[in-house]
Amino acid sequence: MASSTANVNVSFFDYQGGRKGILGWILSVDHKRIGILYLISMMIFFAVGVTFGFLMRLELIAPDRTIMDPQTYNSIFTLHGVIMIFLFIIPGLPAVFGNFFLPIMIGAADVAFPRLNLLSWWLFVIGGLLAITSIIMPGGAPDTGWTFYIPYSVRTSTNVIPALMAAFILGFSSILTGLNFVVTVHRLRAKGMTFFRLPLFIWALYSTAWIQVLATPIIGITLLLVTFERLFSVGIFDPSLGGDPVLYQHLFWIYSHPAVYIMIIPAMGVISEVIPVFARRTIFGYKFIAFSSVGIALFGSLVWAHHMFTVGMSGVAMIVFSVLTFLVAIPSAVKVFNWVSTLYKGSIVVEPPLYYALAFIFLFSIGGFTGLIQGALSVNLHIHDTSFIVAHFHYVMFGGTGFGIFTAMHYWWPKMFGRMYNKKVSIVGFWTLFVGFNVLYFPMFVMGWLGMPRRYYDYLPEYHIYHLISTIGSWILIIGLLIMFINLLKALKSGEKVTKENYWGGETLEWKCPTPPYVFNFEFTPEVHAGPYEYKQNDESEKKVEEEVVQ
Amino acid sequence: MSSTTATPIADPHLHRDDEGSRLGMWLFLFTELILFGGMFLVFAVYKFIHYEEFHAAARELNSMFGALNTIILLTSSLTIVLSIVAIQKGQKLLSIFFQIITIFFALGFMVNKYFEWSAKFSHGIYPGSETLLEKSSGEILFFGLYYVMTGLHGLHVVIGVLLIGYMTYETIKNKVNSDKYVRLESAGLYWHLVDIIWIFLFPLFYLIA
Repeated sequence: MASSTANVNVSFFDYQGGRKGILGWILSVDHKRIGILYLISMMIFFAVGVTFGFLMRLELIAPDRTIMDPQTYNSIFTLHGVIMIFLFIIPGLPAVFGNFFLPIMIGAADVAFPRLNLLSWWLFVIGGLLAITSIIMPGGAPDTGWTFYIPYSVRTSTNVIPALMAAFILGFSSILTGLNFVVTVHRLRAKGMTFFRLPLFIWALYSTAWIQVLATPIIGITLLLVTFERLFSVGIFDPSLGGDPVLYQHLFWIYSHPAVYIMIIPAMGVISEVIPVFARRTIFGYKFIAFSSVGIALFGSLVWAHHMFTVGMSGVAMIVFSVLTFLVAIPSAVKVFNWVSTLYKGSIVVEPPLYYALAFIFLFSIGGFTGLIQGALSVNLHIHDTSFIVAHFHYVMFGGTGFGIFTAMHYWWPKMFGRMYNKKVSIVGFWTLFVGFNVLYFPMFVMGWLGMPRRYYDYLPEYHIYHLISTIGSWILIIGLLIMFINLLKALKSGEKVTKENYWGGETLEWKCPTPPYVFNFEFTPEVHAGPYEYKQNDESEKKVEEEVVQ
Repeated sequence: MSSTTATPIADPHLHRDDEGSRLGMWLFLFTELILFGGMFLVFAVYKFIHYEEFHAAARELNSMFGALNTIILLTSSLTIVLSIVAIQKGQKLLSIFFQIITIFFALGFMVNKYFEWSAKFSHGIYPGSETLLEKSSGEILFFGLYYVMTGLHGLHVVIGVLLIGYMTYETIKNKVNSDKYVRLESAGLYWHLVDIIWIFLFPLFYLIA
């Protein structure tokens, strides 16, 4: 049924229709190729971000100047934040694994708007390059922090505008991806794929897509207003012209808080896929997990001002935002309990993806609980803007989303590339990474609690020991990352070939299509007759479900 | 959990789903509304704080310019609808005629805007100007918002012109026809968005004085 003469029932790597060579990739509208393009570009940006983080930690190994001057340090933490947030964590799961697997998992041949999908990637690359060029352009790299707080972001002479424009363009890319996914989930589900048969990863992507569509325009307009402020001094946020910098903070966090859920919800979706597969049992509380994604998306949009408890707000507003913050913990906890309950009495198969998934649960729980500590108003005043906050969001964003991305890589690698990595090496990499992570970030909790401010270039001698431990942790972490990535990359060249459709014994649709998937994913249009996690031991219940459908 | 039927999978790039396209366009329009919503929010906050000064500043705007542009945009919304109805009925030439009329109105809007802005500029009222900086902070904010909001709206008018122009090209090439007109419909929806934002901008800036 292919329109072109080329055979479409071949691996999407081997497909020779349309353009050849590199153009066949960077101009391809195939969601799988676009997913891999995102993976490559994202990994490059991630490497840059890690390098900046490493340099930052190295500077902090001892008080006073170690390797760089304060201005460079300010630029480096700004770019570390901008790159990691806008170029790695936000696009990470939706753009790479969402693009690759969303259509497959709902039984479609592509997303609803394939060309728009390609445009999203191009915007992503343009935005990313703009962020990188802001470093080397004359004027100096931006030094405002990734939050671009006013008035400093209007006063500084560094290249703030390219960085703002980069974030604006990346926001556009994110909106278009979200829009594409919402329409895809609504319009392209295979026959029999009802909403409550969607894999939980899809539920997570679907909730995320709505936040992307609804929250991102606010950051777009806010960053644009800051640009205008710098170019034309219109006065909207500039206090010297009558503007209100606190209003900027509100607008910034109206997006940027939901954005942390854009980052974490897809990772939760990945964990919900991996846990049942390696426990060989149906997920516990499917609907609760599905609705908790929606719940987090909903409540998460209403808590932004908990980033601003110290800037001046009415007492009532502070209490409301604090209470709402506590409420968000409920759907998150629902998920954690459900994952653990799924493991209970399961026939657990211990494989690399499960290691990463369990680490996610552990690290995310620490990150989540410390989030509650900050949500309490009195404590918040004490630890606001200390490295306690830095530790908290690295536990959630790196320990959570980062490990979620690594889980997804180890889980789907054989399906995406038809090659298997060395499992032993990946487990060695995992333990190095896990130990390094905790050594790096846990001391930050302690020193933050003791009063070490975040983003400071220098510090008092009593914090030295924590900084030293933390910097040593960063070295272990980087060794872990190297082991993991080299192992994955080596697999592409010399890894064991995988042709089996169902490598891990999963029950979702991506394990029913060829490995690597065909150009249009499946040879024949799939039909769905049961929920996504019906394992063999539940044969009885599966029959029941089918009978219900017949009736 | 699944089975495959004997139906070979269809080429997704030839797949046509008008309903999906409409859904996508509406989602995009939501994002545009929220984008402008952010600015309306800022406007509301500052109007609340600088109530008197906003009214005083609004008196300096010429509501004749505003009213004329409102009439132009409302009429152009009608003509774009007429072009869609025409293409649905298979009257290609009539549809092209109405699309060109719409573009003509849009350009008229921009010309009008040009004269309005240059009048303000000649009075020394523009962001960062000395005349403006001597005024109260409420008035600075009013004109700051005036330029940013009507400016971004103007940008949307220009994008709308390009979109409709492209649709005219597609209509001439028969890519938009009586069977397949969802693109023209989407362009029309975008044009209505431009219109509806103006309908809120006009009273807020020109009439409440």
